Amino acid sequence: MRLLAAALLLSAAALAAKPLAAPRPPVLSGAGPVINTTLVNDAVVGSSEFPARLSDYNFFTDAAATRPGIGVIEYRLNTPLWSDGADKSRFLYLPPKGQATANGDGLLGLPVGAALIKHFAFGGKLVETRVLLHRADGWVALPYVWNAEQTEARLALAGKRIELTTPGGQAISYAVPNKNQCKDCHSQDGAVIPVGPKAYNLSPEWLAGLKSRGWIDQMPKVSRRIPLWEDRAKVKVADAARGYLDANCAHCHSPQGAASNSGLYLGWTVKDRTALGVKKRPVAAGRGAGPHEFAIVPGKPDQSILLYRMASTEGGVAMPELGRETRDPDGEAVVRAWIAGMR
Amino acid sequence: MSATLIAAASALALAAPLHAKTIAVAAGEGAQTRLQEALILAAPGDVVELGAGRFVLTDGLSLDVKGVTLRGKGMDATVLDFTGQKGAGEGLLVTSDEVTLRDFAVENTKGDGIKSKGADNVVYYRVRVTWTGGPNETNGAYGIYPVESTGVLIDGCKVSGASDAGIYVGQSAGITVRHSVAEGNVAGIEIENSRNALVTRNYVTRNTGGILIFDLPNLPRMGGGNVRVEDNLVIANDTPNFAPKGNIVASVPSGTGIMIMANDDVRIRGNTLSGHYTAQIMVVTYPNAFKDPRYNPYPRHVQVGYNTFSTGNQNRDTLGRLQADPYPAGAFPKVLWDGLGGTQVFAPGAGLTAINLNFPKQGAGLDQAKPQPFDLPAFTGVPPMTAYVGAPAALDNRITP
Repeated sequence: MRLLAAALLLSAAALAAKPLAAPRPPVLSGAGPVINTTLVNDAVVGSSEFPARLSDYNFFTDAAATRPGIGVIEYRLNTPLWSDGADKSRFLYLPPKGQATANGDGLLGLPVGAALIKHFAFGGKLVETRVLLHRADGWVALPYVWNAEQTEARLALAGKRIELTTPGGQAISYAVPNKNQCKDCHSQDGAVIPVGPKAYNLSPEWLAGLKSRGWIDQMPKVSRRIPLWEDRAKVKVADAARGYLDANCAHCHSPQGAASNSGLYLGWTVKDRTALGVKKRPVAAGRGAGPHEFAIVPGKPDQSILLYRMASTEGGVAMPELGRETRDPDGEAVVRAWIAGMR
Repeated sequence: MSATLIAAASALALAAPLHAKTIAVAAGEGAQTRLQEALILAAPGDVVELGAGRFVLTDGLSLDVKGVTLRGKGMDATVLDFTGQKGAGEGLLVTSDEVTLRDFAVENTKGDGIKSKGADNVVYYRVRVTWTGGPNETNGAYGIYPVESTGVLIDGCKVSGASDAGIYVGQSAGITVRHSVAEGNVAGIEIENSRNALVTRNYVTRNTGGILIFDLPNLPRMGGGNVRVEDNLVIANDTPNFAPKGNIVASVPSGTGIMIMANDDVRIRGNTLSGHYTAQIMVVTYPNAFKDPRYNPYPRHVQVGYNTFSTGNQNRDTLGRLQADPYPAGAFPKVLWDGLGGTQVFAPGAGLTAINLNFPKQGAGLDQAKPQPFDLPAFTGVPPMTAYVGAPAALDNRITP
């Protein structure tokens, strides 16, 4: 058993080390020695409790949470959610004998006992780690805040404000979401779900790696992938912009999401131009609409509510409503270029 | 089974679980964290009891546990103060069913005051939402904002200063708004893309428009109607429109009492309307371009029954955008109709004389109006409504003191 575990650890490490995984942000380069080779604590993942410390799960083999444990694999999204420029790293945990299931080009099906773990770091320091746990009665989202020593992250059920400086040099009051706010984004028809690992936003190589190890039932069939964000200058601007909107907006702006009532749907596969915002009037935007009449006015980014709200940092106007205190100049540039070129 | 037995059985079913507990949260240091933790850790049936005083909050609160009651010491005694709010789209967000909110106030949120989304059988009782600086376009959009919900009871509430609608119920069904005060908002009370709504015995004053019953295109839920607007005091809604431009309420002319846009089967009766220099009651077609084939922009079967109209304020400029006085001499309208939608628009009612603007087509502007008097059909017998109108009666059980 010990041998098997070690072999699994090796294979997980090997998988994570391949180029198909995300390039690690600087914060993760200072990995300490392996201090913990025990298995992920499935009882904690599957309990009905809210564990007080990130280390309670044993997702990582070191206190700094840089070395994934057995069954934990790092992944990246082609185009990620922007969070004030935080360096993020993402991990998927599959329990023993657990297998992901392909679901067309959409969200991977993940078995009960699975977990998703996401680190947020600024200036080389971990600030928070969010976990999504697939428990018998559904997914649970929990935020953990790191201590100054970077040795432990503690549960922050009610969220927290943390003063920090972004990579862009802005001093901000960074908002760790409370447990319920996690659901604002991670929501489909009122139930908590993962939002990141959609096949159309994952690399085929990484998925093939899962398949070759039997960690997914089959290769998801994807007709069109969201391009890599770092390739945004090389690809069609519409693809870059639509990828960005999918990753940053569509978790709420979908027919099953928290912004379902807006009728504005920004997912990668949406085809209806009105639903995408073209000449679409706001419904419940209030002053979020500013002086503008339509979500998108083709050719006129400066008259488009979409860009107006992306460019605001004011509560009640700024979109997304959560998880952003500063502006994302790269995201704005892509969306601006897309609307400017639209007819 | 007798009615009494059924009532007793349903009362039992609604009773709180045996182990329901009360979680007390006091104002003061750390209120944000303490209150939010209480809202997360509450179990179904629990009461989160807010002490008297001012809770100084920096972020939005949220509740996602079914059957919880959030209760303060009164709408003037317990205040959730969001003046220093840094983030989130609303002050309090409720996403679970069977929630009761009562006896507290929410002030100065950056976005909406209290939003409940997909939260069935929600009760708002004696809740106050106020932007304390008065009407201002930088105020949040909606005060009390249930959306995509079945079963909504709003009773004894008070909302002022919202830059869109004070009390806004959207894309919902089974709604009662009663005994509430909406003052100094753009729209006092707005029922939008909703069915089976009862708006009754409210005091609606000093808004831009008093009570709006709207249906809009390109939304998941459309086809609003089966609405009663009864026995309200709709008085002097004449605040200049301060809504941000892109929103539909930005098109509501100041000095409007009750306004119906699109919708099927709306009954207006027993209201007292006074001091509206544009129109006491306005019945119109959705004015903007749209491409949604599912959407019907015309009002249908609107009944204007017996209401009490008091004149006043008639010397003010009527419909500011009109170049000339739209009304024939002396015929200040109790009911103003854009003239679109044909013979289906009005159901038999009190037989008033309306002003028909005779718009040539949907989307026409006021410059194309050719106003003339128009006799509304008089009662010949009114068919019953097609469904029960109002919130489920069981929600009343939650508002006993």
